[in-house]
This record gives sequence, structure tokens and C-alpha cells, in this order.
Amino acid sequence: MKLSFSPEDEAFRREVADWLKENLRGEFEQLKFRGGPGDEHMFAEERQRWEQKLAEGGWTCVGWPKEHGGRGCSIEQQVIFHEEYARAGAPGRVGHIGEGLAGPTIIAFGSEAQQKKYLPGILAGTELWCQGYSEPGAGSDLANVKTRARFDEAKGKWILNGQKVWTSLAQESDYCFVIARTDPESKGHKGLGFFLVSMHQPGIEVRGIQQITGTSEFNEVFFDDAECDAEDIVGQPGDGWKVAMGLLGFERGVSTLGQQMQFQNELNEIVRIAKENGAAQNPAIRQRIAQAHTELKIMRYNSMRMLSGQSGSDGSLQKEALIYKLFWATWHRSLGELAMDVLGPESQILEAAPYELSRLQSMYLFVRSDTIYGGTNEIQRNIIAERGLGMPREPRPA
Amino acid sequence: MQFAFTEEQQMIRDTAEQFLAEVSTSEAIRSAMETELGYQPELWQRICGELYWQAIHIPEAYGGMGLGQVELAAMLEQMGRYLLCSPFFSTVCLGANALMVAGTEAQKEKYLPRICEGLTATLAYTGISAARGGGRWGADAVEAIAERDGDEFILNGTLRFVPDGASAELLIVAARAAGTSGEAGISLFVVPAESPGIERKLLPTMDQTRKQAEIVLSDLRLPADTLMGAEGDAWPQLQKILQLATVAQAAEQMGGAQQSLDLAVEYSKERAQFGRPIAGFQAIKHKAADMMTRTEVARSAVYYAACVAEEAVEGGELAGELGEAASIAKAYCSDAYFQNAGDALQIHGGVGFTWEYDVHLHLKRAKASEHFLGSGDYHRERVAQLLLD
Repeated sequence: MKLSFSPEDEAFRREVADWLKENLRGEFEQLKFRGGPGDEHMFAEERQRWEQKLAEGGWTCVGWPKEHGGRGCSIEQQVIFHEEYARAGAPGRVGHIGEGLAGPTIIAFGSEAQQKKYLPGILAGTELWCQGYSEPGAGSDLANVKTRARFDEAKGKWILNGQKVWTSLAQESDYCFVIARTDPESKGHKGLGFFLVSMHQPGIEVRGIQQITGTSEFNEVFFDDAECDAEDIVGQPGDGWKVAMGLLGFERGVSTLGQQMQFQNELNEIVRIAKENGAAQNPAIRQRIAQAHTELKIMRYNSMRMLSGQSGSDGSLQKEALIYKLFWATWHRSLGELAMDVLGPESQILEAAPYELSRLQSMYLFVRSDTIYGGTNEIQRNIIAERGLGMPREPRPA
Repeated sequence: MQFAFTEEQQMIRDTAEQFLAEVSTSEAIRSAMETELGYQPELWQRICGELYWQAIHIPEAYGGMGLGQVELAAMLEQMGRYLLCSPFFSTVCLGANALMVAGTEAQKEKYLPRICEGLTATLAYTGISAARGGGRWGADAVEAIAERDGDEFILNGTLRFVPDGASAELLIVAARAAGTSGEAGISLFVVPAESPGIERKLLPTMDQTRKQAEIVLSDLRLPADTLMGAEGDAWPQLQKILQLATVAQAAEQMGGAQQSLDLAVEYSKERAQFGRPIAGFQAIKHKAADMMTRTEVARSAVYYAACVAEEAVEGGELAGELGEAASIAKAYCSDAYFQNAGDALQIHGGVGFTWEYDVHLHLKRAKASEHFLGSGDYHRERVAQLLLD
């Protein structure tokens, strides 16, 4: 075991930090610490310009292989990049779904034509993506997708009908990757296709969902004879589940340390307030702040373990990766409560009417989604018990 | 950065696991815990003679194996998991660490090779009021008085909560100059336990797998060469000894948390109610998932702290983090072990409440280890001081 980074990696760290210091200013100064979870709808245009600024410096898609236009960074360097990015207070990435999910999927499963068509826009920060998975009837039971895709021979295109929900950044996006049923007779994870669909067409309508924060990061997306070119299905009809599950593998890992740096920023703010308003003298609050700090530190160690270890050859997660979502989501939810309890009655007074929330108020409400999206805590516990402990699987009706 | 076992570390862990699964069975634990000594001398001799575990992190110059804190933690994890009844923790994690951190060259040369040969040792530092306020484990717990008398020291006082204190052959004793308080005036001494002026009394303990003693010092007269480190200024050394021991205790706790989980899962797969194994009910699965989450988080905390401990011993950039890393590990692991042991008992249902099943051994060890070197609350307050004061 060795905790320290190599001198080369430390040099890389300085390079990242210097670039951010040099460039995160002027018109981008106002973006500092903005656009994170609960704030994703803010400064969308400015953040897209920032995305392009990053691209100019070669700081988008740092973990992608060089042959696909990425920087080809090692795991350590990716970790460092995400840490420094968050430390600098650089804004939430509008391009993260393209960079972290769509791109890696297209690299792993897409055709050469798809790679040529879609990767450059992600790399340049000019084309944004959203994810079309969840549906009103397909939440925890994701395989219960009802959106249909039918191939129209005359047009030579796929025609999509149905509805997606909880789609972040849909109103800003240029493309959506969609799982839809290609075999109308099929059920569950069979008979699905994985489609790359343009958002700029008459067959698609986006409606914001007003959330408990009063804001609308999440959307409903309606497909009413939306079209998708014949060559824009990833893999074959029926491969959709396989591609979608492969993609889940990209959702964990290197970005976790950057996420933790955001958590650290939030905790620092709470500590600052506690010292200022005297909550830091309250023994019960002291215990809770220390607990939050303790568990955030361990979260970092856990990620270091996750990144140092090897996943199972069958793509199965190691134990420390298996527990990660449940642990951070539950931790973050508690942090929201702690923030309000440190603020006391002041936590209930808004910045402005009608419903303008402070950063911590917004965080407190938004974290209620952390234990739901991306697999609820209950689904996570099923997965941990079944895959990690070999306990019996939930009954799945045929 | 490589936060994973090396092949050698993995091998040490696996060897410990195999050996302990074989020798520290339920029957072996029970026959050892019923004795006053608290362990089977034959097994301890086997460990010392064949496996050489007691020498694991003692430098080669003193006859040890010269391995580090990570290897030690890997071994302690398995000892905690299999509830090994032995003087390993007191001898290695208290005694040997104390000599390595604070001993003079002469003391190291005299005692470390003997520990490598199987001599047992422990650290006695807490006075009778160490339980005040729910537990004091810092400098204010040192209450015995050491007075200088020419070239000699005269020690008086009562020391309590001393692990294996009644059986250890060598004692490291902390005492303070009369009239001092807090971190000032503390000295450390090394003394054979069977010396005139030392009276030892075994304390009956709820957790029978690790013995505790009360030690009364009555005009214990010690020559100057028993003094370890700087006279009256040994707190930084004692603090480091305690921090290393705290990491070691957390490693055992994490192993215990793992075993509580394993026992519970195994039982839930065998036990059928309503016509199916109870492992299939979400009420059980979700409890087990939470137990596994706590165990893995505890594991990350322990091995990070062990890496920091290694840097603190060998000198490294993270050396200054030892206090925080130890408190983080002990706070988390104390709670994780106790919760897991409690959940394991609940999953076992009625049989978990019996003497026959092993779950109660873990429930008892969990609480005992929580209250040695500071509970979760105690260590969180230490973390709070670093953050808030």
C-alpha cells in the first residue's frame, strides 16, 4: 500500500491547478461553485462557453483514449484532474453526460461512423447530451421500458413513441441516448434498442418538472413519432440492455473524488457558519459535524481503494464499489439536515420571494433526490445483499 | 498511489486467516476465556515459535521481521475476526510499540529480542478516574505519581483497565510528577511485572476474551535506567504509542464487524421460516447490506490509518495526520462493530441470545473494545476539536 502520488502526477496536479487559475476568471468568475446538483439549471449558456474553454485547453474528456481525441490520462491523473477542478470551484459541467456516459458508450459499443459523428462535438464542448432511461412506469424497474421504436422501411428511419422522465439537462441538450423497445412483443430486458436521437426535431417535446426546490433541473421528454436515423442505433436491435448496463460501469470511479471535493466545500461552509453562530459550541452539533467530517474522509479512502483495485473480470464490482452509492447518498442526505440544524431558525428564511433558496437550503432539499436517483437506497441494498453477500434474489415475475 | 495490498501483504493476511480459522474455534475461545490467564499457553507458544507473529513489526536489528503497520493491521483484522484469545494486542500493540517509540537504545536491546522470543508485555497508564465523564484516554488519565529520590524513582498509584495486566511479564508504566496535570510532568518506565511494590488484581470482565487488571503501585522503587524517553516530558511519546494502539484496536474491530456480518448471513441462509430461508426477506437483506456497507467503510478507514501509522513510524509526509486518522478509524470502527454485532444478534433471533452461539462474544468484545482507548463519541470530539476550536 502506498498513498502518495508520483512526482509526475504532482506536476500534472500543478498544471491543472495553474490552468484553472489562469482561465477561471473574467466572464467565468461568476460561475465559481455554481451549476452543481440542485443548481444545474443556472448559467447554462455561460457554462457551455466554459465547456468550450476547457476544450480549447484540452481539458474535456481527459480520460478518453488518445485515438478518440481524449487526453489519455491515467486513473491517477483523472483523479487529480477532478480533485483540482472541484477545489478551484469550477462550475458543474454541462457536458458531463456526453463526456462521462454517451462518449464512453459510443467508444465501447458504437460503430466507427457513430464515433466520427458524435465524439468531436462532445470533445469540443459544442454538443450536449441527456440520458433517456427512466419512464413513468420504469423507475426502479428500469427494464419495464414502454417507449417503442419501430423501423419505417419507407423512410429508412426508426420512429420513436413514448415518454421519458427525470431527464436532466434535456432542455439544453442536442442529443439524447434512449433505450426503447424494438420488439413490441418483448418484456423486461429483452427486445430493447439503444438509440442516439437528435433533440432538435418536431417529434420531441420537453417539459420541465417543478421540483421541491421550486426549480426544474429534471424534465419529462415526450417522443411523438420522433425520428432516428437507421445508422444511429448502437449495436443491434435487442442489444439495448447490454449497452445500457455496460454504460453503468462508466458512472462510477474517477469522478467520485471530484464529487467529494464539492461535498467538502459544502461541509466547509457548514463549519464556517457553526463557528460564526455558536453552533460549534453545542456538543450534539460537534458530534454531528465530526461524524460528517469522519465519513467524508473515509469516503475518500474508499474511492482510493476503488480506484486502486481491479474489478472482477466479469465486470462485477468490488465490495467497496458496490457500497459506494448507498454510502455517499445517505451521507449527503444527512449533511443537508446538519446544514439546516446548524443554521437553526434562520434556515427557514429564504434569500428572497417567491422561493429563492440559498446554496445550503437548495442542497438540503436537493439531497432528498440522491437516495432515489441512479438506484434508490432500497435497490442498492438489494444489489449489495444479492451480489455482495449471495443472498437470494428478489422474485422477478415472468 | 496504490491503496491495495501488495502480494506479500495479501499472503500475510491469508496465512493469518487460515491459521486462525483452524485454531481459534468456538471451543478454543471458550476454553481460553474461562481461564484466569485468558489464553492457551500452548497456542501462544506456537504463534511465537512457529509463526513469529509477535515479531512482525519489530526491526530486524532486534530480532524481528521488520514489517510494517499495514502488515500488522492485516493480522489484527483476522485476530479480531476470529476473537483470538492471546496476549498479542497487549504485547505487540502496546508493549513493543511503547519500547520502539519511547525506549532507550539499551532498553530496546534488552527487551525487544525477548519479546521476539515470546515475552509478554503491556502498557499501564490509566488511573482509577479514567472512567470519569464516560472515559478519559488522554494525558489527564495519567494519575500515578513518580517522585525522584536521588538516582531512583518512587512510584505510587492505582492503574486500572490494563489489558492482560495480571499476566503480562513486562510493564510499561506511565506516571506523573507530583503537582503536575495535563500533558506536563509525564514519564514512562519499563519494569518487570513481578517486582516488589507491584500488586496485580484480575478484574472480572463482561468480555471474557480479553482480560483486564488493576495494578497497585506501592512505593515501587525504580532505578534510573528504567526511565523511557525524557523525564517529565514523555507525553508526545505516550500519545504516539496510544495513537498506534488506537489504529490497532480499530483493525481488530473491523475484523469483528466482518465476522458479525458473515455469521449473520450464513445463519440467515440456513434458517427457514414461512417455508423459505430468512435470507430472502428484504428486512434481513437490507440489514445485511447495511452491515456490509459499514464493514467496507471501516476497512477503508483502517487501512488508510495503518498507512499513516507506517509513515508516522518511518517518517513520511502523512506522519502528522496520525492523530486524526486514528480517531477517524476508531470512531467509525467502534460504532460499526457494535452495530454489526447487535444486528447479527437480531438476525439470529432467539439463538443469538444464547450462550451457545458465538454472537454474544462479538457483542461483548465490541462494547469492550469501544470503551478501550476511547469510544466513538470520544474520538469524534477529538475530531471536532481539530475542526472547530
